[in-house]
Amino acid sequence: MRKGLSWFNTTSIVLGFAFLYLPILLLVIYSFNASRLVTVWAGFSTEWYWKLLQNDQLLEAAWVTLRVAFISASVATVLGTLAAIALTRYGRFNGRMLFSGMVYAPLVMPEVITGLSLLLLFVAVNFDRGFWTITLAHITFTMCFVSVVVQSRLVTFDRSLEEAALDLGCPPLKTFFVVTLPIILPAVVSGWMLAFTLSLDDLVIASFTTGPGATTLPMRIYSQVRLGVTPEINAICTIMIGIVTVVVVLASIITKRQEVARERAERLAAAG
Amino acid sequence: MSTGVTEKTQTTIGGIRRKFAPWTDPAAVPLIRYENVSKRFGEFTAVDNLSLDIYEREFFALLGPSGCGKTTLMRMLAGFEDPTEGRITLAGQDIVGMPPYKRQTNMMFQSYALFPHMSVWDNIAFGLKQDRMGKGDITARVEEMLKLVKLEKFAKRKPHQLSGGQRQRVALARSLAKRPKVLLLDEPLGALDKKLREETQFELMDIQMQLGMTFLIVTHDQEEAMTVADRIAVMDHGKLIQVAPPAVIYEQPNSRYVADFVGDVNIIEAKVETVAPGNVSLYTGIGGGAKLSIAQNVEAKPGDTAFVAIRPEKVRIDVDPPAWQEANCLRGEVWDIGYLGDLSIYHVELEGGVRIKAAKPNLTRMVERPITWEDKVWVSWLPDSGVVLTR
Amino acid sequence: MAAKAKGRWLVLAVPYLWLLVLFLVPFLIVFKISLSQDAIAQPPYEPVFDLAAGWDAITDAFSQLNFDNYAYVLSWDNEFIEAYGSSLWIAGISTLLLLAVGYPIAYGMARAPKSIRPTLLMLVILPFWTSFLIRVYAWIGILSPEGLLNQLLIALGIISPDAPLQILATDTAVYIGIVYSYLPFMILPLYSALEKMDETLLEAAADLGCPPFAAFWKITWPLSLPGVFAGCLLCFIPAVGEFVIPDLLGGSDTMMIGKVLWTEFSVNRSWTVSSAVAVLLLLVLVVPIVFYQNVQAKEMEGR
Repeated sequence: MRKGLSWFNTTSIVLGFAFLYLPILLLVIYSFNASRLVTVWAGFSTEWYWKLLQNDQLLEAAWVTLRVAFISASVATVLGTLAAIALTRYGRFNGRMLFSGMVYAPLVMPEVITGLSLLLLFVAVNFDRGFWTITLAHITFTMCFVSVVVQSRLVTFDRSLEEAALDLGCPPLKTFFVVTLPIILPAVVSGWMLAFTLSLDDLVIASFTTGPGATTLPMRIYSQVRLGVTPEINAICTIMIGIVTVVVVLASIITKRQEVARERAERLAAAG
Repeated sequence: MSTGVTEKTQTTIGGIRRKFAPWTDPAAVPLIRYENVSKRFGEFTAVDNLSLDIYEREFFALLGPSGCGKTTLMRMLAGFEDPTEGRITLAGQDIVGMPPYKRQTNMMFQSYALFPHMSVWDNIAFGLKQDRMGKGDITARVEEMLKLVKLEKFAKRKPHQLSGGQRQRVALARSLAKRPKVLLLDEPLGALDKKLREETQFELMDIQMQLGMTFLIVTHDQEEAMTVADRIAVMDHGKLIQVAPPAVIYEQPNSRYVADFVGDVNIIEAKVETVAPGNVSLYTGIGGGAKLSIAQNVEAKPGDTAFVAIRPEKVRIDVDPPAWQEANCLRGEVWDIGYLGDLSIYHVELEGGVRIKAAKPNLTRMVERPITWEDKVWVSWLPDSGVVLTR
Repeated sequence: MAAKAKGRWLVLAVPYLWLLVLFLVPFLIVFKISLSQDAIAQPPYEPVFDLAAGWDAITDAFSQLNFDNYAYVLSWDNEFIEAYGSSLWIAGISTLLLLAVGYPIAYGMARAPKSIRPTLLMLVILPFWTSFLIRVYAWIGILSPEGLLNQLLIALGIISPDAPLQILATDTAVYIGIVYSYLPFMILPLYSALEKMDETLLEAAADLGCPPFAAFWKITWPLSLPGVFAGCLLCFIPAVGEFVIPDLLGGSDTMMIGKVLWTEFSVNRSWTVSSAVAVLLLLVLVVPIVFYQNVQAKEMEGR
C-alpha cells in the first residue's frame, strides 16, 4: 500500500487518463487531416490553420472573447478577493448567510438560469446589450470562483504575520499590500487564471446577455458545430488547447521548481 | 524613545539583579499599569477585574496554564484586543483604543511571524521603515541588531533558509529594532528544543540587561519563568493568584494552586492546633497520626483545616525513626522509586493511603540503594522547610 | 478605529452590493416576469408592478397576479414536467456513473507515490482548463455513425459496416458527455478527501485483523464521504440544468430542462414561460444547493 501502486490502482489511473485525454488527442490529430471529411484520414496537412487566418469572423470573435476575458477576470479577481477576505475574516456579521449564499450559489447554478436572469435585468434597466453586458455577467459568475480559490488560501494564512506588521507600526491598509497580498499572491493569480479561462469558455451566459455586434468565440464555434464537425473547428480548438496547455504546464513547472528550491533550502538550513 | 537604551551596562547581571526591586519602593512609578481590567469574549471571561503594575527595566513573566488569560492580558497591551472594562496605561498614557501600529510596544510572536517573502534584513528593517527613519539610520540599526543576535552572515537569507533557532533570533531582533518601551514575548522559546531553549533563556536575560529594556514574557513553562524573570505573576481563570519574585513563588506560595503549579509538591491536610508568632502546630491523621510544626506566621485559629505543602527535595527519608525531632515525622512504606540519575524520587505510601514524594540526591555510584521497594521508612522535614496554606 | 471600521465596511460592501444587484435582483426580476403576461412588444412581456404608480397600484397588482405561466408549465400536456423528471433522472444516473468512474481514479491518485501526485493532479485539472465546448465537440467526431468509434468497431469486425452503432443523438451520448465533462469536478473533491486520510489507519485496521476489502468499506469509504458528497453535488446540480451537452450530443427526444428553457426563450420567444421554467428549476434545485453551500461553508470557514 505504501510502496508503489497495486495493479488495480494503476489500471484505474491509466484508464481514467485515457478516457480524459483520448477525445482531445483525436481532435488534435484530425485538425491536421488533409481531407475535409473529418472521419477519413487523408494525410497530414496544415491547410486548415491557414484557412483560419483568413476567417475574419472567427478572428474578430476571438478578439472580443479575449478582451471580455481579460477585463472580467481582472475585475472579478478584485471583487472575489474582497469577498474572500470578508468571508474568512469578519466572523459573524449581519447578512452573512445571504452573502455566503450569493458567493457559493453561482458555483453550481445552472448557466441557463444565471444567463436568463442577467438578461432580464439588463432589459429591465434598459442597458444596451453587447460587449459590456457580457463582461458584467462574466464578472459576476467568475468572481465567486476567485473567491473560493482565495478563501482556501486565506484559511491557512497565519494571522500573526499581519499582527506582526501592525505591531511594528504598519497601518492596516498598508499591511494588506505589503504583507498579506504578496503572500496570497499565488492564489490570487490562479484565481485570475481560473476566471480568465471560465470567461473564455462560456457559451450559455454570453449567448443570453449578448447583443448586436458582440459575438464571442464559443458562440461562433457553437453555431458552426451545430452544422457538423469541420477540420477548421478542430484547428481552432487545437490552438486553444495548445495555448492553455502551455500556460498551465509552464505555471506548474515554475511553482514546482520554486517548491523544490525551497525544500532544498529548508533542508540545508535544518542541517546547518 | 526615552528608555535610555544606549547606555551600556558594565555591571554584572548578578550585581544588577540583586539590587533591582522597584516594586518594594512605594515611590517608584510603574511603566505599565493595568487598572481593574476585564476582558470578556461573549460569555467567556478571559481576564477578570485584574490590576497589575510593571516597572521599567523589569523582566516580568505571566505564568499559567493555557486558557488562564495570560495571552489576552499581553495582547491587550499590544493593542490586538481592547479591554471590556478598565484602563491600561503605558508610561502614564492611557492606551485603550489606540491601534497596535501606534503603540510603542513590540511583540515577538510564538510562531515568530517572520514575513516569508522578505529577507532577514528586510524583516528587521520593516518596523524602522514604518517610522520613516533615514536610510543610513536604518542600515546602522539593522546591523546593530544583526550583531546583537549574531546573525550578521544571514542578512540576505529568507526565513525558510534558516534553522529554528536562527528564526527565533531574527524575530527577536525585529521586535527589538524599534527600541519599544516594552518588548512582549509570547511563548518565545516554545518551538526550540530543550538545550537550545536553556541557552536562549540566558541570552534573553543578557540582551534585556544590555539594552536596559522592559520585557514582558508569557509562558506556561514554570522553569523558564523562574530562570528569566525578576517577578512572576501566576494566573488562573483570568485572575492573578500571586505576583512575586521567583524564589518567593517557589518557597512561599500563597495558595495550593501556586504551590502545585510551580514545581513538584506534597500537600498534607491537617488541623490547626496552636498558633503562635512565627510558629504553627498542626495535627494530621495520616502516617499513623503525627504532629506537624511549621515555622511561619499564619492567620488561622485552632480547629481550622489547613494544608501543609512540602517540596520533595526538602523531605528526608530514613529507615530508623528520626530521633532528633518530634514533629513532622510520618511513617510509611516505599511504594515506588523513580531513578532519574542525579536524583531518585521515592514514593512513600503513608498509613492511610496518602503518598508522599521524597527526592534524594544520588551521592555515590552505588547501583543498589540502601532503601528499596516495600521497605518500612520514615519521612520527615524541618519546621522551616514546609509552608502552611489556608487556601 | 473609525477609519478601520470604514475600511472593513468597504471590503464587504463592494462585493456584497455587486452580488445583490447582479445576482439576487435578477432572480427577483425573473420571478416577477414569470408572473407577467406575454406581450408582442419589446420587451416582450407586460410588467406586473409599476413602482411609480404607488401603493394602490401595487396592491392592485397583487390581486391581478398571474399564475398562467405556471399553470402552463405544470400542465401535463406540455411536457415540461417530463423534462424536469428526465433532467433529474439523467443528472442522477450521470452522477452515479461519475462516482463509479471517478472514485477508483481518485483512490489510485491518492495512493500514488507522493512525488508523482502533483503531476497526476495537474493532469486531472488540465482538461478542465480547456474549453468545455471543445470537449463536448470532440465526442461528436467519435460517436457519430461514421465516427471513429464505429470505424474502430468495424475494423475489428465486431459490427458490420451496414449497421453502425447509433450512439450520437441518444441519451447514451448525453451520459457519456456529462461523465466526460464533469469528471474533474468529481475527482478533485474525492482526491482531496482521500489524500488527507492517514494511511496508518489502514495499517491499524490490518493489524487488528481486518482484511483489505473490509477495511475499505469500514474505514476508507466513511472517511471519504465528505468528498463524495461534495463531488456529487458539484456534478449533479449543474448537470440538471445542462444545456450544451443535450443540445450537441442528445437527440430530439432527449428532454432536458436547460434545453427546453433555451428553446422556450430563443425559439418560442416566450420570456414569461422561460422565467417560470427557471423559477421551477431553481425550486427543484434549492435543496441540493443549500446542502452544497453548507458543505462548502464548512470546508472554507473551518476556523
